[in-house]
Amino acid sequence: MTQVKVTYGALAIKAVMIMIAAALLFAPFLFQDVRALEVAARICIFIVLVASYDLLIGYTGIVSFAHTMFFGFGSYGAAIALKKMGPGLDAVAVGTLAGVLISLVIATVIGLVSLRVKAIFFAMITLAAASVVLVLASQLSQLTGGEDGITYRAPEVFKTANKLMVDENGKVVRWFGVKLNGKLAGYYFVFFTSLTLFLIMLRVTVSPLGTVLKAIRENEARAEAIGYRVVAYRTFVFCLSAVAASLAGSIYAVWLKYTGPDTALSFAIMIDILLMVVIGGMGTMWGAVIGAVLMVMAQYYLRDLMGAASEATAGIPLLPELLAPDRWLLWLGIIFILLVYFFPRGIAGTLMTKGQRD
Amino acid sequence: MNKLTDTLGRFGGVNLLPVALAAIAFVLIGAPSSWVTLTIAGLSMGMMVFLMASGLSLVFGLMDVMNFGHSAFISFGAFVAASVLAALGGWLDSDSILLACAALALALIAAIAFGLAAGLFFETVIIRPVYRDHLRQILITMGALIVSEQIILAVWGGTPVTVPRPSFLDGAWIIGDVSIEKYRIFAFGIGAVVFAGLLALLNRTRVGLLIRAGVENREMVESLGFKINRLFIGVFMLGSALAALGGAMWAGYETLITPALGGEMMIVVFIVVIIGGLGSIEGTLLGAIIVGLTANYIGYLAPKLALASNMLLMMAILMWRPSGLRPAVK
Repeated sequence: MTQVKVTYGALAIKAVMIMIAAALLFAPFLFQDVRALEVAARICIFIVLVASYDLLIGYTGIVSFAHTMFFGFGSYGAAIALKKMGPGLDAVAVGTLAGVLISLVIATVIGLVSLRVKAIFFAMITLAAASVVLVLASQLSQLTGGEDGITYRAPEVFKTANKLMVDENGKVVRWFGVKLNGKLAGYYFVFFTSLTLFLIMLRVTVSPLGTVLKAIRENEARAEAIGYRVVAYRTFVFCLSAVAASLAGSIYAVWLKYTGPDTALSFAIMIDILLMVVIGGMGTMWGAVIGAVLMVMAQYYLRDLMGAASEATAGIPLLPELLAPDRWLLWLGIIFILLVYFFPRGIAGTLMTKGQRD
Repeated sequence: MNKLTDTLGRFGGVNLLPVALAAIAFVLIGAPSSWVTLTIAGLSMGMMVFLMASGLSLVFGLMDVMNFGHSAFISFGAFVAASVLAALGGWLDSDSILLACAALALALIAAIAFGLAAGLFFETVIIRPVYRDHLRQILITMGALIVSEQIILAVWGGTPVTVPRPSFLDGAWIIGDVSIEKYRIFAFGIGAVVFAGLLALLNRTRVGLLIRAGVENREMVESLGFKINRLFIGVFMLGSALAALGGAMWAGYETLITPALGGEMMIVVFIVVIIGGLGSIEGTLLGAIIVGLTANYIGYLAPKLALASNMLLMMAILMWRPSGLRPAVK
């Protein structure tokens, strides 16, 4: 039994994790504006989504492009239930359950049909499946609202008008200047469900199951030879991550009070998830957290910066177009390629090994 | 049962699938005139998709490299051809068929040239460092796809671009009550010529012999002293050029193109390549024709099912033959 030496890089990662967790926990009190709260909630949900994707790509070495599909199932499940049954926690439960069930069935079918074949086949098949679901979502407009998506009301508890605590005058109590209303309850619903899901996934990665998954990633033939049924394990982890993504989708639908192809199903989200996983670092759950935080912040705040840069370079040909806020994916794409070349382990993976001596 | 499969095998085996498909569709559609129109549309769509897919399939077969950025070549081909045609608008409008032909040829040549150059760049800069590492290949080519889509958006803008078509290819011939669009016949012709050319290249030349040998066993060819990497650059450039040509043809077919074109076609291309079996030109053609025919028949019979039909077709064929209809020997 070798002693695992704790590197200072790993310590730094842990410190950053604690800071991120604290910032997210106290987000409504620390950043008191609407936009910051949106960012914080989005970060929470994307941490779950990216972590569940990391289970696939980082731990097991499966490349799937259908992850947004499962996110969308959860999202649309909750959205359709809330729309048809009216706002209420029962609708959320029914919708979430329906989303999870559909995800589970589809994941099992895709997994059993195509996880036997090469990684590349699997990537192509999931890509095709995801695009079919995207087209279906925009065509079945009676059910899904088509391109416009669905707008609905959140359950009573999470409404801004809902007062969690009232003082003697019947007004909402304020703590540190923050109204204790439904919005706050909504945020903490998002935060704690995300935290729970993340901790469950973290537990999976350090369990014996996680070790088997890593063995499959490193050497499939050998894992099979030792006696593990690779197809069964792959299908299982594919289903597991599909369920996690579907749950994240349901939470997001409840928080956003709107579900449409752009927020739940589009290929752009898949690209976001890929970027987050690779930037953060594949094969560590911490990487998912770092990637999600950086990318969501960049999405919200980098565009402003690029807008300024675009105006500053207005005189030069082509450069303003390349620097326009809409072109931010161009630069992220380039960073993505460079990262895959030079730091395939991402930020977290690279940092973890810093200070390591053999 | 065995006798039946033997007889079927003698008449072409899986190659009979499109014929069977057409026969079933003939019964279901009922009206012979619309059946002919749909079949021709399906065949020409299949040929255009074949142009886009053949490169991808060959590259995978030869080097085990899967290029998820392949659709970038399709989009670039379409937009380059559209720009050239727009710039030569005067030639197209003139009455002389010769000038219009020249404009069309120039547009297609520009697309091909762009495909060759982009292929060279892509192979040496993007893919060379990640040979033999599938996970990073998928990621890198996906990143390259993102970047190239953004470049298209930056250069041509997000609004749909109209593609002018030479007047002699506009309109349709009407024979009895069957109408045949001229452009479709043209697309079918180009596809057939390219297919014949590829077959001749692969089966009749020394380079083709090396490519086929490389698909079958790369190490063996290398150990016999051939520089397979150099061969691979050539195949990659050829594949990119064909994809760009396919994109250009598709642009003329659709006449209104958006930057999303590449992504949409990519799904079809993947399905075709998987159905046909990676690495073989004949398989790709077979897959492309099956997909083209199904898309048109289903689009007529049950429009809502059109895209899902391709997916279902792929699932069914994968269950039947997990490595595609006519895979190259591996």
